[in-house]
Amino acid sequence: MILLQAILPALVLGLGGMALLTIAVLIKRDTSAPVTYAVLLLFVVAAILTCYQPDGFIFGGLLKISGFSRFADLLVYLGAAAALLLSLDYNRQQKIARFEFPILVAFSVLGMIVMISAADLMTLYVGFELQSLALYICAATDRDNLRSTEAGLKYFVLGALASGLLIYGISLVYGFSGTTNFASLAGLLSAGAGYGTIVGIVFVLVGLAFKISAAPFHMWTPDVYEGAPTPVTALFGTAPKVAAMALLLSVMMGPFGHLLAQWQLLVQILAAVSMTLGALAAIGQKNIKRLMAYSSIGHMGYALMGLAAGTEAGVQATLLYLAIYLVMSFGTFACIIAMRRQGQAVETIADLAGLSTQSPAYALALAVLMWSMAGIPPLSGFFGKLYVFNAAVTAGLLPLAVIGVLTSVVGAFYYLRIIKVMYFDAGTPNFDKAAPSVRFVMLIGAAATALFALLPGPLAAAAQAAARALVG
Amino acid sequence: MNQAGFPLLSLMTFLPLVGVVLLATLRGEDAAVARNARWAALWTSLAVLALGIYLWIDFNPAIAGYQFTEDFAWLPSVNIDYRMGVDGISLFLILLTAFLTPIAIIASWSITKRVRDFMMAFLLLETMTIGMFAATDFVLFYIFFEAVLLPMYLIIGVWGGERRIFAAVKFFIFTLAGSLFMLLALVWMWHNAGTTDMVALLHTPIPPDVQTWLFIAFLASFGVKAAVWPLHTWLPDAYGEAPLPGTIMLAAVLSKMGAYGFLRFAVPMLPQAAQAAAPLMFTLGVVAVIYVSLVALAQTDMKRLIAYSSVAHMGVIIIGIFTFTVEGIEGALFQMLSHGIVIAGLFICAGVLLARGESLALTKLGGLAVRMPAYAALLMLFALGSMGLPGTSGFVGEILVIVGALKVNFWVSLLGGAGMILGAAYMLVMLRAVLFDKFTHPSLASLVDLKPAEYAMLLPLAALVLWLGIYPVSFTHVFDAPVAAMVQAHLAALTPHTALAMVTK
Repeated sequence: MILLQAILPALVLGLGGMALLTIAVLIKRDTSAPVTYAVLLLFVVAAILTCYQPDGFIFGGLLKISGFSRFADLLVYLGAAAALLLSLDYNRQQKIARFEFPILVAFSVLGMIVMISAADLMTLYVGFELQSLALYICAATDRDNLRSTEAGLKYFVLGALASGLLIYGISLVYGFSGTTNFASLAGLLSAGAGYGTIVGIVFVLVGLAFKISAAPFHMWTPDVYEGAPTPVTALFGTAPKVAAMALLLSVMMGPFGHLLAQWQLLVQILAAVSMTLGALAAIGQKNIKRLMAYSSIGHMGYALMGLAAGTEAGVQATLLYLAIYLVMSFGTFACIIAMRRQGQAVETIADLAGLSTQSPAYALALAVLMWSMAGIPPLSGFFGKLYVFNAAVTAGLLPLAVIGVLTSVVGAFYYLRIIKVMYFDAGTPNFDKAAPSVRFVMLIGAAATALFALLPGPLAAAAQAAARALVG
Repeated sequence: MNQAGFPLLSLMTFLPLVGVVLLATLRGEDAAVARNARWAALWTSLAVLALGIYLWIDFNPAIAGYQFTEDFAWLPSVNIDYRMGVDGISLFLILLTAFLTPIAIIASWSITKRVRDFMMAFLLLETMTIGMFAATDFVLFYIFFEAVLLPMYLIIGVWGGERRIFAAVKFFIFTLAGSLFMLLALVWMWHNAGTTDMVALLHTPIPPDVQTWLFIAFLASFGVKAAVWPLHTWLPDAYGEAPLPGTIMLAAVLSKMGAYGFLRFAVPMLPQAAQAAAPLMFTLGVVAVIYVSLVALAQTDMKRLIAYSSVAHMGVIIIGIFTFTVEGIEGALFQMLSHGIVIAGLFICAGVLLARGESLALTKLGGLAVRMPAYAALLMLFALGSMGLPGTSGFVGEILVIVGALKVNFWVSLLGGAGMILGAAYMLVMLRAVLFDKFTHPSLASLVDLKPAEYAMLLPLAALVLWLGIYPVSFTHVFDAPVAAMVQAHLAALTPHTALAMVTK
C-alpha cells in the first residue's frame, strides 16, 4: 500500500497521459484545448497526491521519496502548469495547437519527477532521458518554422552529447565503485575515492550542468530560447531547470557528498562563470527571449552558489532561489507572450517603448519582475540573493560572493534597460489585449513577486525542511 | 507594546502606501484624476506629518535607547524580525521626511505629465524613507534603504530634464553597487551575531581586522549615498536632471541616509575601524568642503550651484561624525537637519524661477530684488542659512562641528571652517547674480512676486531655519542622551581594559 501511495503521482501522470493520447488520437477534431485542460487537471491531482506521499525508498531502493523530492516536485508541477496555461492562447494564435504538446509536457514532467526522486544512477538516467526526449520534440513543435526546427535540432544534438557525457560518467563511477545505488555509493565514497571515480563524477557534473545551462555549457540556451515557441521557452526556463538543479543537489550532496572537497571548486567555477557570462553577454541583446536566456544562465549561477557552499543552509538557499526564480520566470514569460501586435508576436525590447503610458498595469508587472530579477528589495528576488549570499559567506566562499555582488550590479543594468524602455522612452506599442489565461499567469507571477516580503517565512521553512531531508 | 499603544511607526511608514493604493483606484477623466491625485497625496502626507508631530510630543528624550519599538516574527528560523523603533538620532530625520514630503508635493503641483503616477512614486518614496529611518533590524533597514531606488529611478527618469535617462541609470547603478557591498557586510555580521537585530549587533564584538573590511563595504554604500567626495559624481547629474520635487527629496532627505548609516552602523558597530579611518574621513570631508566649494563657485547654473553646495555641506557632516565627540556628532546631526531644510528652501526658490519660465543660468538672471522683494528676502534667508550666519540654523551645526573637530585636530577644524568662508563666497555670488545685478533681459522686469502656494512652501521652511538658529535647544536636547551613550560606548570599545572588563562581565 505504501508503495502504491508513493508512486501514485507518477502513475497518474503516466497512465493519464497515455489515456489522453489514446482518446485524442481517436477523435478527429482539434482537441488541443480540452487535452491541455485535462493535463492541467492531471498536474493538480498529482500535486495533491504528492503532498500525501509517504517518505521512504520504493522499488528496492531505486527511488527515494522525501521532503526534498516533494518540494522539488511541487515546483515542477507549478512551472509546467504555468507554461501550459501560457500555451493555450499562443499556440492557437500561431496555428500550432496540437493535442500532442500538452501530453508531451506531461511525459517530460513524469521524467522530471523520476529524476528528482532517483536514488540510483540508473533511474536518474532513465528519468533524465524521458524528460529530455519529450522536450526535444516540444522545442520543434512549430515544425514549419525554420527557427523552431533549428532550435529542436540544436537542442537534440547538444542534449545527446550531454546525455552521452552523463552516461559515460555514470559508467565510470559504476566501473570503479561497483554499484549504482546512491546509498551504497555514499558509504563506499566516505573513505575517499580514486581518480577513476572522480573523473566519472566530473562527467556527471558536466552532463547535468548542460541541462541547467550553466556556463561554459550554455551554448544551446540562447538559440533554443529564441527559436522555440514562447510557451515552450517558458517551460524550458522553469520546470526542467528546477528538476535538473534538484537532481544536481541530490547527486552531489547524496552519493558524492563526502567528496565535497573534490568537487566544490568545480561548482564554484561553474557558478562564477555563469554569473559573469549571464551578466555580460545579456547587455548587448535586442531580443527579449535571448536576453532571458542569458538572464537564466546568470540565475543558475546564483543558485549554484548555494550548492557550492555544500551545507544544509546552501541547499536551502538553492531551493528557495529556484522557487523564487520559477515564479519570476513564468511571470516574465507571460509578459513576453502578451507582446503581440495585430496578431503577430513581437520579441524585441524596443517594441516595449512607451508601454507604461498605454497599459500601466502590464508595464508595472514587467517592471516588478525585472527589478526582482535584478535582486532589488523588497521584491522576492532579493530574498533569494540574500539566502545564497548568506550560505556562501557562512561557508567561507567570500570571493564567490564578491563575484556575485559585482555581476548583480552589471545584471541590474540590463534589467533596468527594459524598465527604461517601458517608462522613459516614447512610443506606442499598441499591443493586442492579452488572453485571460496569459493575464492570469502574469498577475500571479508579479503579485507573488511583489508581495513575497509580506510572508517569506513559510516558503523559507519549507525549503529548510526539504534541505534537511536531503542533507540531514 | 509601546508608549503609543499602537504601532505608530509602522502606521507612519505604511500610511503613504495606503495612499498609493488609493491613488491607483482613482477613475474618471484625466484632469479630474490629476486633481484628485494631487490632493489625495497632499492629505496623505499631511496625515503622516500629524502622526510625526504626535511622535515628537510623546517622545521621551531622557531615554538613550529605542522607543515606540515594534517586533514581529518575520523569518524566525534565521532570526530576522520586523523590528521598528526610534531614538533621538532618527526622530528628527523621520520628522524631516514627514515635513518635507508635503512641501515637495506642493512643489510638484505644476507637473502635468502623468500626475497620478508621479504622486504614487512620491508617496512610495516617503514610505521607503521613513521605514529606513525607523527600522531597527539590519535586513529591514537594507530593504528600505535600497528600495528607495525604485521610486527615485522612475522620478528622475520619467519626469526629469533633458539628460534624465543617463542621470537615472547612473544614480541607480552607483547606489546599487555601493549597497550590494553593504549586503555582504550585513551577511557577515548576521552570521557573526546570529541575528540582525541592530541592538544585538551593537553589542557583538567584531575582530578588528574584519572591521576594516566591513568598514570599506559600509563606506562604499553610505559614501555613495551621502555623496562623499570622490563618490559624489552621480550627484550633480541626478540633482540637475531630477524634477524639482525629486531634487528636494534627494538633497534634503536621501543624502542624509548615508550620514545616518555612518552614525548607525559604521561608527558604533565598528569602533576600531572607524577610529582608524578617521584621518581618511577627515581628508575626504575637508576635500569635499574646499574643493567642492570651489567647484560650486565655478558653476553658471543656479540648480547645479546649489547641488554642489550640498556636497560641501555633507563634508562638514562627515567631519562631525568622525570626531567621535559629543559636540561633533551633535553638530553633524544638527547640520543634517539644518541642511535638509535650507537646501529644500534653496531648491524651491530655484523652482519659483522655473515656474515663471526663466532659465536658471546665472548669466540670464539678475535684478529680481526690485520686482520680487518677498522672494529676494526669503532666498537671502536660505542663502544666509547655508553660509552659517549666526541666528540661522546653519551656524549652530557648523560651530558645533568645528568645536568638536578642534578637540581632535586643529587643522581639520581650520580647514573645515574654511568651508564657511567659501560657502559665503559662492552663495553671495549666486545672490548677486540672481537678485542684484542689472536685468539681463527685459522680461525679468515683469515677473510677479510669490504666490500663496509658494508662500505655503517657503514660510514654514523659513520659520524652521530661524527656530533652529535661535532656539536650538528644542532639538539638541533630544540628541543628548543617545549621542552621549554612543560616544561613551565608542571610548569604552577603544580602551583595552574597559573592553576586557566588558568581556569578563
